[in-house]
Amino acid sequence: MQELTKSLKVSLWFMFLTFPLMVVRVNTIEHTVEWRWMNMVYMAVGSFALSFVWRWALRRKEMAKAAPERPRNAFTERLGSDKRFTVSVYGGLFALFALMPWIVSTYQTNIFISFMLYVILGLGLNIIVGVAGLLFLGHAAFYGIGAYTYALLNHYYGIGFWTALPIGGVVAALAGVVLAFPVLRLRGDYLAIVTLGFGEIVRLVLENWSDLTGGPSGVSNISRPDLFGHHLSVAGANTYVYYIVLVMAIVTIIAVQRLKDSRIGRALQALREDEIACQAMGIDRVNVKLMAFGLGTAWAGFAGVIFAAKTTFINPASFTFFESAIILSIVVLGGMGSNLGVILGSAFLVLMPEYLRAFSEYRMILFAMAMVLMMIFRPQGLIAPKGRKYIINDPDLAATEGGKA
Amino acid sequence: MDWDYFFELTLGGLTRGSIYAMIALGYTMVYGIIELINFAHGEIYMIGAFTGLLVAGVLGVYGFPALAILVIAAVVAVIYCSAYGYTMEKIAYKPLRNAGRLSPLISAIGMSLFLQNYVILAQTSDFLPFPALIPEFEFLDPIAHIFGSSDFVIVVGSALCMAALTLFIKYTKMGKAMRATAQNRKMAMLLGIDADRIISITFIIGSSLAALGGLLIASHVGQINFMIGFLAGVKAFTAAVLGGIGSIPGAVLGGLFLGLAESFATGYISSDYEDVFAFTLLVVFLIFRPSGIMGKAPVEKV
Amino acid sequence: MATVLNVQNLSKNFGGLRALNEVDMRIDSGEIVALIGPNGAGKTTFFNCITSIYTPTEGEVRFTPKSGTESRINGMKPNLVTGLGMSRTFQNIRLFKNMTVLENVMIARHCRTKGGILGALLRTPAIRKEEQEIVDRSYELLKYIGLHRYYNDLACNLPYGEQRRLEIARALATEPSLLLLDEPAAGMNPQETASLKQLVLRIRDELDMAILLIEHDMSMVMSLSERIYVMEYGCMIAHGTPDEISKDPRVIKAYLGEDHA
Repeated sequence: MQELTKSLKVSLWFMFLTFPLMVVRVNTIEHTVEWRWMNMVYMAVGSFALSFVWRWALRRKEMAKAAPERPRNAFTERLGSDKRFTVSVYGGLFALFALMPWIVSTYQTNIFISFMLYVILGLGLNIIVGVAGLLFLGHAAFYGIGAYTYALLNHYYGIGFWTALPIGGVVAALAGVVLAFPVLRLRGDYLAIVTLGFGEIVRLVLENWSDLTGGPSGVSNISRPDLFGHHLSVAGANTYVYYIVLVMAIVTIIAVQRLKDSRIGRALQALREDEIACQAMGIDRVNVKLMAFGLGTAWAGFAGVIFAAKTTFINPASFTFFESAIILSIVVLGGMGSNLGVILGSAFLVLMPEYLRAFSEYRMILFAMAMVLMMIFRPQGLIAPKGRKYIINDPDLAATEGGKA
Repeated sequence: MDWDYFFELTLGGLTRGSIYAMIALGYTMVYGIIELINFAHGEIYMIGAFTGLLVAGVLGVYGFPALAILVIAAVVAVIYCSAYGYTMEKIAYKPLRNAGRLSPLISAIGMSLFLQNYVILAQTSDFLPFPALIPEFEFLDPIAHIFGSSDFVIVVGSALCMAALTLFIKYTKMGKAMRATAQNRKMAMLLGIDADRIISITFIIGSSLAALGGLLIASHVGQINFMIGFLAGVKAFTAAVLGGIGSIPGAVLGGLFLGLAESFATGYISSDYEDVFAFTLLVVFLIFRPSGIMGKAPVEKV
Repeated sequence: MATVLNVQNLSKNFGGLRALNEVDMRIDSGEIVALIGPNGAGKTTFFNCITSIYTPTEGEVRFTPKSGTESRINGMKPNLVTGLGMSRTFQNIRLFKNMTVLENVMIARHCRTKGGILGALLRTPAIRKEEQEIVDRSYELLKYIGLHRYYNDLACNLPYGEQRRLEIARALATEPSLLLLDEPAAGMNPQETASLKQLVLRIRDELDMAILLIEHDMSMVMSLSERIYVMEYGCMIAHGTPDEISKDPRVIKAYLGEDHA
């Protein structure tokens, strides 16, 4: 009964809260008012039901705090330890993705290209946000730097895709390091705002420096990648780009995983945990931070070059803060620090709206909501980062563990 | 030197600055109490503008006089924005009170995106024309070309709001409790101050000021869309940082400073890079003087 | 005996507040030295200054690494100081909480290993070998300290006393010639304190290093240390053997107040 009144109150409150924006719609030119009372009914029913879920979830969270040990996700657990299982899952996925352009339409191939671009972007950002714990809100700017590097080199000097790909990555990485220098001393929230500001500055410069960048109308007629000097048809080039992205995505996954598990990756994690202890343990804070930014933004640069080659037309509107926020939400939803999580996050963001049409209109609002809810109920994301397994050479330990099992 | 032009820029800067200051107060108060950059604060301002537009639209159809519409729209916008601010805090921030620094910030970004998309879905993603609600004052006629009545209302209105807020914080019991909570939340709670209530009130006050700011600027500019909150939010946050975040007079000074700086920069240098100035100031200040014009740098305890 | 650490006239100001005032200290290799004093005397500030986490306002900090010649280290980056061979623990435990016990120690091997970005990407045999050496060496240290059973647990899940021991293991992994312990026994029960005492002695004897510890547990300080420095209000007020210190009127006054002097 008490629960009911609570929910009733919540429902009434939300009816009040959403009344003007959801119900009223005015046309200030024709001076007419439209009243959409049905929306209020939806709102009332929706908030009534959701308030139960909300309280249940909060209670569960409290309970989980009392007993922190939670069962690990069986699937991801097996993925690391069971070798045959791992190989068959990855092999199957690879075969599926390799055959994809021959199975599905060009339109859908494009969607998968954009999915894998987000995977690359997300993995890059994951190094900065997930592993090193630096909240970075300007990732799209480096995506843009990569894209414009190729677009402008191609436009002014006729430089081809394959030459521009490494250049784009290097330029973005350098730009990341240049940004990192002044922000070294900043922590947490200030860092977030400065990177946001920097991202917006980059976009505004691209927009206003019309002589060089073509201003808001951008750069068009960017060359598609050549296949050993042969020009390809539009559809052929699209398939080709698909394979480039696929290879790039796989390279990124492997590279980021290796970085994470290396001496450098450990230093990044230590930086996230405690900067002062990190220095006291002999890690050069400056170096490591610069590396985090450079390593993260380089991937954004690669993705940018590929993006420019895929669309053959870019303008600053593709690299707004909104884009950065989307990439961030992929990382947050997927699981900060977890590569598999980022891939899943990109899949949710890019593929779900395409294949569940009804869902596409609500894509961003659901994602925004999910960001808030994730932080409250599952801050580690869909897939918590998996700890690395180390080979320990200790006969005693093997004996005791064997005894346990 | 063209003095007329100079005065025009000064007054224009003053108007902008007043609005920045109004929004900056919300950032600074919230930061002062829970050390969170409330990313969604700009969206509250945007919702204030939208609520004002809807009220004005409805009342306009029924033929109310402009001044009455302005007052009613302001009251309704304040009520609604307070309600939004309050609810937002309860949903997105309160459960994260003890969750470190990154989580609430991400939650705030999520909230900001949520409110933007909510407005897109509930209303529209296009620009909407906003009616001029502020009547023409005759006594301003001689300078109306550089300082219109809406400028006048914005500057005077925000000055009054800020004065009222300062008095409230300084002399009322609630204001004292707020200052105590900002200094040391745990201790304030031990002394019997209901910190949750103080935090709610902080959000309500900040949101009301943002609502007024949103309504006034919308009427001044003449059009709104769902994105206005983002830019205004970042600029107001810049103002708060300039003045030293957490400091109330600092936010006002920072707002005016930023408004004037922007106005002169666009007037004398180039209007193309209008927003770049603000962002550059923000970045430069955060890097070289994160404690603001007046603040002192804190020492981290090891 | 060779001097490891030589501090002269060290001062540190915070704004108008003088937290350290012309402090001197000398530590020889293989010594266990204690730094005591009432709360707020500036002991931790002293640690922070010699490890370069704070930059001293005035004075000289000179450190002699095992292999090399004496060098002036104030103002040097903290990680370089660690690289020279001075390592510390923290009073308010600063472990990498969400990393495993083993990883905590592995991080401290950072300054003794070299693998870079390219190596990590290509995973060359040399890099793999280095990785495995890091793991082996770190595990060995855990075993030495007695924490190897927990190697795969998160550091934040360790009991309090074990967390302090892990901090010591982590500091040892940087291969210091001078180990600084900031209140290592704080919050430990008598049993744990006793075993900690054994550990400190073992480290000194077996791993051949000088140890400087800040500690409030007087029985531990008196029985462990060869020499004791006493601080009050940022000044060094006394220094000598445990016997001398326990009879020094200034020290008694600082601890017990005017009446007992």
